[in-house]
Amino acid sequence: MDYRTVLTTCTYCGCGCNIFLEVLDGEPIGTIPCKTSPVNEGKLCIKGWNLHEFIRNKGRLTSPLLRKNGKLEEATWDEALEFTASKLKEIKEKNGSDSIGFLTSARVTNEENYLLQKFARGGVGTNNVDHCARL
Amino acid sequence: MIDAIKEKVKELFDSGDIKGFLGLAMQNGHVAPHLYKKGDELDDMVLGDVDKPGDARYPLNKYLMNIASAYPEDTFGVLVRGCDERGLSTLYTWNQLKKNNVVPVGIGCPQELADSCECSKPYPEDMVAGEKAEGHEDTSVAEVDALVLSDKFSYWMDEFVKCIKCYGCSNICPMCFCNDCSLKCDELVKRGEIPPEIPVFHHTRAMHMVGRCIDCGLCQDACPSNIPLRTLYKKVNSIMDEQFDFQTGLRPGLRSPLNKIEPVEEGK
Repeated sequence: MDYRTVLTTCTYCGCGCNIFLEVLDGEPIGTIPCKTSPVNEGKLCIKGWNLHEFIRNKGRLTSPLLRKNGKLEEATWDEALEFTASKLKEIKEKNGSDSIGFLTSARVTNEENYLLQKFARGGVGTNNVDHCARL
Repeated sequence: MIDAIKEKVKELFDSGDIKGFLGLAMQNGHVAPHLYKKGDELDDMVLGDVDKPGDARYPLNKYLMNIASAYPEDTFGVLVRGCDERGLSTLYTWNQLKKNNVVPVGIGCPQELADSCECSKPYPEDMVAGEKAEGHEDTSVAEVDALVLSDKFSYWMDEFVKCIKCYGCSNICPMCFCNDCSLKCDELVKRGEIPPEIPVFHHTRAMHMVGRCIDCGLCQDACPSNIPLRTLYKKVNSIMDEQFDFQTGLRPGLRSPLNKIEPVEEGK
């Protein structure tokens, strides 16, 4: 018997609500809002309350997908990064830096968002950075 | 107070009476529900008081139901306050937990908590530690009751309109255990519609708290919109008390009169 409440942070938006995942024998069975968290003080929205449900969802991607012969197929990270980097390079050389834009996410950390804009500006050389909410 | 609890838990483990003890622990700087097992250190055990007494209480009985349904043959200890004890007794009646498989370890709430909860019985019958604080009247209910009907209606509608339909009140509730929830029934509450229709949403839940609500107040703590849900369910409880002399969980084994299906005796 292994029952634990695992302190973690909600991944749905940038607020960063603290929750405990109720884990019974390795399976997440519930979400408990953390009452001592200064962020959410024991409260959650409907998405946060159902966090434990998507973890084992069969529809989740577990590896990168690459379109090969018109069909999405599983690929390794090396393969996917290699492909993306070479394509970005190709587009930049052909059409210039400003032909590329980057959409960041509310579901990643502040630091990851920072890294993406750094990559856009410092690496690719464009100010075309926006938020996924404007997709 | 905490030492007496630790002592009791240690005793229960040593005698082999319990397989685990569901209480609270201070971990990573937060108060967390925690299942202690035999041989575990009890050093980080806490009672859920951080800034104010009882401000980090959790519905431990609810989590106990999860554990007990996976391990139905095992016996567990659980930390209980007055409200939790009322909860346990009701959960036994509703066959959600087996009395023989639960060992409550009781603490009495300090007067300050009893007053802020307006709790009628802020201590369990079987108390290991804590004080027997005085019960408190429902002043919050009396205040709303004192309003004239139209003001009362606007008071509640103004509160309900803040609802973001997070279902937190029901998710945190140690007495919400139905497989089919009325709040998720399309005829009563339209799926995918935000905000919920008022007052239907809140009245549906209030109706289902009849004979169920043990007045722990965790729903109000969990409400992101600070809707005074506790006052609403206290009112429900007061009607049950006045009309049927029924107080949820106070008398073990007694079912809510609204859940009895039997012929009414003549003259009663």
